[in-house]
Amino acid sequence: MWHRISAIVMRYFYLHRRSVARVMEIFFWPVMNLLVWGFVSSYLKELALPKTVLFLLGSVILWDVLYRSQQGITLAITEEFWVKNIINIFISPISVGELLAAICIVGIIKSVVTTIVLGILAFLFYRFNLLTAGPGLVLFVGNLLLFGWAVGLFTMALIFRYGRAAEALIWGVPFLIQPISAVFYPVSVLPAWLQKIAYLLPSTYVFEGMRQVLDTGITDVPILAVSFGLNLVYLLLGSLYFSWMLYKVREMGYLSRLHLE
Amino acid sequence: MYQESTHTNIAKNITEVRLLTKRFGSLTALNSLSFKVCKGDILGLLGPNGAGKTTAIHCMLGLVTPTSGSIRIMGLDVARHRRKILARVNFSSAYTALPSNLTVRENLIVFARLYGLKAARERIDSLLELFEIEETHNRLTGSLSSGQLTRLNLCKAFLNDPEILFLDEPTASLDPDIAAKVRQRLQELQRQRGLTMIYTSHNMQEVEQMCDRVIFLAKGRIVMLGSPAEIIKQSKSSSLEDLFIAIARNGHLYQTVDNQEDEPCGTE
Repeated sequence: MWHRISAIVMRYFYLHRRSVARVMEIFFWPVMNLLVWGFVSSYLKELALPKTVLFLLGSVILWDVLYRSQQGITLAITEEFWVKNIINIFISPISVGELLAAICIVGIIKSVVTTIVLGILAFLFYRFNLLTAGPGLVLFVGNLLLFGWAVGLFTMALIFRYGRAAEALIWGVPFLIQPISAVFYPVSVLPAWLQKIAYLLPSTYVFEGMRQVLDTGITDVPILAVSFGLNLVYLLLGSLYFSWMLYKVREMGYLSRLHLE
Repeated sequence: MYQESTHTNIAKNITEVRLLTKRFGSLTALNSLSFKVCKGDILGLLGPNGAGKTTAIHCMLGLVTPTSGSIRIMGLDVARHRRKILARVNFSSAYTALPSNLTVRENLIVFARLYGLKAARERIDSLLELFEIEETHNRLTGSLSSGQLTRLNLCKAFLNDPEILFLDEPTASLDPDIAAKVRQRLQELQRQRGLTMIYTSHNMQEVEQMCDRVIFLAKGRIVMLGSPAEIIKQSKSSSLEDLFIAIARNGHLYQTVDNQEDEPCGTE
């Protein structure tokens, strides 16, 4: 099993090694995001809102974990459609589970690298120390990675079913989640009915928890446990939906057609 | 050079398709196809565009789920043992590609790992040499000519020393010289290893040269089956090419061949 997973990991390592566009995806866009929000935060600091600065910078860095994690799954498989390699992968003895495991490993590596780079830059430019979140940081990042994978599975299932017409979802779906997850503001800002929906998303607990730990220094483990529990539910549903869609795609012959699109 | 296979205990009927039907909504792409492929044979699946050749191959590879019927490859049911079968077969098509932004060697290393090859480096070198593209090993795949890409696809297809090779128009878009070289290599490998091939092509001369048996499909039905010589005689056509044109234009006039009692494969 491991040789098949490592084959796919190696395939993406080769891809990133000489692709400026792919490396930019890990560094350039997250850094640009950090710079814009960092300077907005500096301005807010001048307005004597120091906590807001911390919250915004923390949110920018952690949001990127979720975004990259979802993109890790969707872009990796869509890439195989783009280069007409999907059939070669699907007629090899790799299982869907092994393929997803490999893509998740690539996603973890990319997210960790991005988080480290953003953490260092945030410290150098804005004196923001991400490590003040303490060991809870691992729980925040872990929960966001898991939720990103779950969202990625749903998105990818739709792309398998609807083909290139659905590719915009790769970039669109995370921004559907962002306002409800209360990334840049507390849940209390949302209308009451939307707060109920927000608490159905594991990401909401992470961003609430992050603001709490940056404010009080205390990691609220129980709410992160709720986030983890929800993540397990979403991952299970995402996996079932992805598997069912693959079954339908084989039945409808879309796999053969998708690579020709 | 490439080593001969040590495979043993392979069923004589290496592929057995029974009453294979595939419907996409109201369209019947394959209509009760039944045929056998004997070990070491090259079977040509022929027919005009939309006849069902690629759907049949994709059903055999598990990329498309049949509506009904069964497919057994090397004695194993494709529906239940897809991954076991895929480890022992391979596929090359003019319509698939390998990632253009990886080098030739990187692509082959990735697939060698996917198939769990030991001594991958030696295998890759011998295949690149066999298909005469060893000088491209460090080049980006996207920079190769179509002839080199076809041969790279074939290197990928031979990596796992397959017992059955599915080839979907492998020489499409090649110039005659390269196409002849590719055919020659495939025939050499087939003879050396007793390799079984299931082959689609629109080049009837190539089919006559390569295939032991051919199946003509029209709108998902088998309308002719046998060796190229038998079929030409049976249909009273002057060549396979003429028969192809006749079937492409008037396929609906041809009766379905009932092949459920196909001749058994010979014993070794």
